[in-house]
Amino acid sequence: MKKLKKNYPLHVMLLPGVVFTLIYAYGPMAGLVMAFQEFEPLSGFFKSDFIGLDNFKYVFQLPDFNQVLWNTVLIAVCKMVLFLLVPLILALLLNEVTKSWFSRFVQSAIFLPFFLSWTVLGGIVIELFSLNGPVNALVSSFGLEPIMFMLDNSWFRTIIIGSDVWKGMGYNMIIMLAAITGINATLYEAAEVDGAGEWKQMIHITLPGIAPIVIVLSVLGLGGVLNAGFEQILIMYNPTVYEGSDIIDTFVYRLGIFSQQFGPAAAVGLFKSVISLALVSATYYAAYKYNNYRIF
Amino acid sequence: MRSRVSLSRKLFNVSNALFLTGVTLLGIVPFLHLLSISLSSNTAAMAGEVKLWPVGFSWDAYIYLGEKVEFFRSLWVSLERVVLGTIVNMLLVFLTAYPLAKSNEQFGSRTVYVWFFAVTMFFGGGLIPTYIVVVKTGLIDSIWALILPGALSVWNVILMLNFFRSIPKELEEAATIDGAGHWTILWKVFLPVSLPSIATIGLFTIVGHWNAWFDGILYLNSPDKYPLQTYLSTLIMSMNSMMTSVSVEQLKVLENLSEKTLRTAQIFMGALPIMLVYPFLQKYFVRGMTVGSVKE
Repeated sequence: MKKLKKNYPLHVMLLPGVVFTLIYAYGPMAGLVMAFQEFEPLSGFFKSDFIGLDNFKYVFQLPDFNQVLWNTVLIAVCKMVLFLLVPLILALLLNEVTKSWFSRFVQSAIFLPFFLSWTVLGGIVIELFSLNGPVNALVSSFGLEPIMFMLDNSWFRTIIIGSDVWKGMGYNMIIMLAAITGINATLYEAAEVDGAGEWKQMIHITLPGIAPIVIVLSVLGLGGVLNAGFEQILIMYNPTVYEGSDIIDTFVYRLGIFSQQFGPAAAVGLFKSVISLALVSATYYAAYKYNNYRIF
Repeated sequence: MRSRVSLSRKLFNVSNALFLTGVTLLGIVPFLHLLSISLSSNTAAMAGEVKLWPVGFSWDAYIYLGEKVEFFRSLWVSLERVVLGTIVNMLLVFLTAYPLAKSNEQFGSRTVYVWFFAVTMFFGGGLIPTYIVVVKTGLIDSIWALILPGALSVWNVILMLNFFRSIPKELEEAATIDGAGHWTILWKVFLPVSLPSIATIGLFTIVGHWNAWFDGILYLNSPDKYPLQTYLSTLIMSMNSMMTSVSVEQLKVLENLSEKTLRTAQIFMGALPIMLVYPFLQKYFVRGMTVGSVKE
């Protein structure tokens, strides 16, 4: 009883956070019932009619749905692989730089786009790849016809993947670089005494040394396999390239907010959330088993 | 360090430096290009003559920008949002992190609360149900729609509570003996010694609010309430929807119709505050990443 009284302020402190989480995190979770309803905004969650799995049946037979699913997985997997490979290569190369001012300067330049919004970066990318933009000037200088990058499905998808890697690669690079710096220097000295060259040192010391962090990063990345980059695609795409770049999130946005088909849109959202939850739980469990990684 | 430098090592060093310089340029050149366009004459910009240096130097875009009501109105909304949002977010982070930083012996209900918050990191209602909840709580078309749904960042709470836990126990014990309760300990003991973490989390929060644009599109109906990034996103998306016309000639005409230098100047202004605080951002961010990755 005495303890309860002493801890009373702690519960009071948690109250605002609990209230906001209840309304804006658990509220929408409960609101997922609308995936099983003929949802009418005016009737709300409680008075709309339940229609079982009709919303799911409806969206799964939409002609675009398979393409959307395929785009999502394709774009997300490409991004995931590149988000490991590119930072790894950059971190290994940066580690070989002996002038620290140069290394710091390169890191700063690579990390900068990470902090900017997709409005700014999307605006820049669209300008760079526009018909009379610098990239097409380069194309013309080789005597080729200018390319409509933003209107061609496969070019556009490549640009989506490439520009996201451009924005985000600094983050993993810095984590990996920190891991490389953390490797015990005596290991390298011992290897040198044993006559191992720099290449062998990288294969046998550096790579095994950062393997745990690379595995954790890749395992955690797997959980995001259905997140292909909503804000990026929303700001950069146009109806001509829907076929190659429409992903689950943009599809849900158009279906729900533009077409006002709330039930079916929520059904797609629920489908995505459930698969993501399964993937995230499995991967966190794997990360925990492998490397004792815990978030709490 | 290494006394004998072989020829192959020299060759590697040179090509490595060249390659990394190339990557560095990839990070910097797009922004230079953006700035150059905004400082060029509109004709040169539209003809695609501008590369890395202004052609037909002119301040016109910025002078015209100074008279643009939409720009300043949205800039003001952005400032409001950043100030209000950061205050709300930080208060909730302090209030939530303090009780959760206690040990399970000290605060018996801790585990329940931790699970309550942790669940929201793995599962959410998704776009459509969240939208409906925001509608039903009457926030549509109000600046609070941009602040309250994301009022509690569980990720920031984890960063903060990890820091609170690193504060020596003796400080708290001494304060308790002097008769201080939980509120006094939080405000007078914990917060003053946590200034570096507060700066780190505060900076992330400020940047997050400054960069956010999609919630404005989703929750605000009147464009005169848009924050800057949302306003910029409408410029870019309207540009995109024009691009769907098919022929190269039409596309060129459309690209020219828009006031390119003005648009570019506005995008640059959207990025400028981030670039100005970038040195701090980078420093604190790297620190924050290491704080977040320290696990017990």
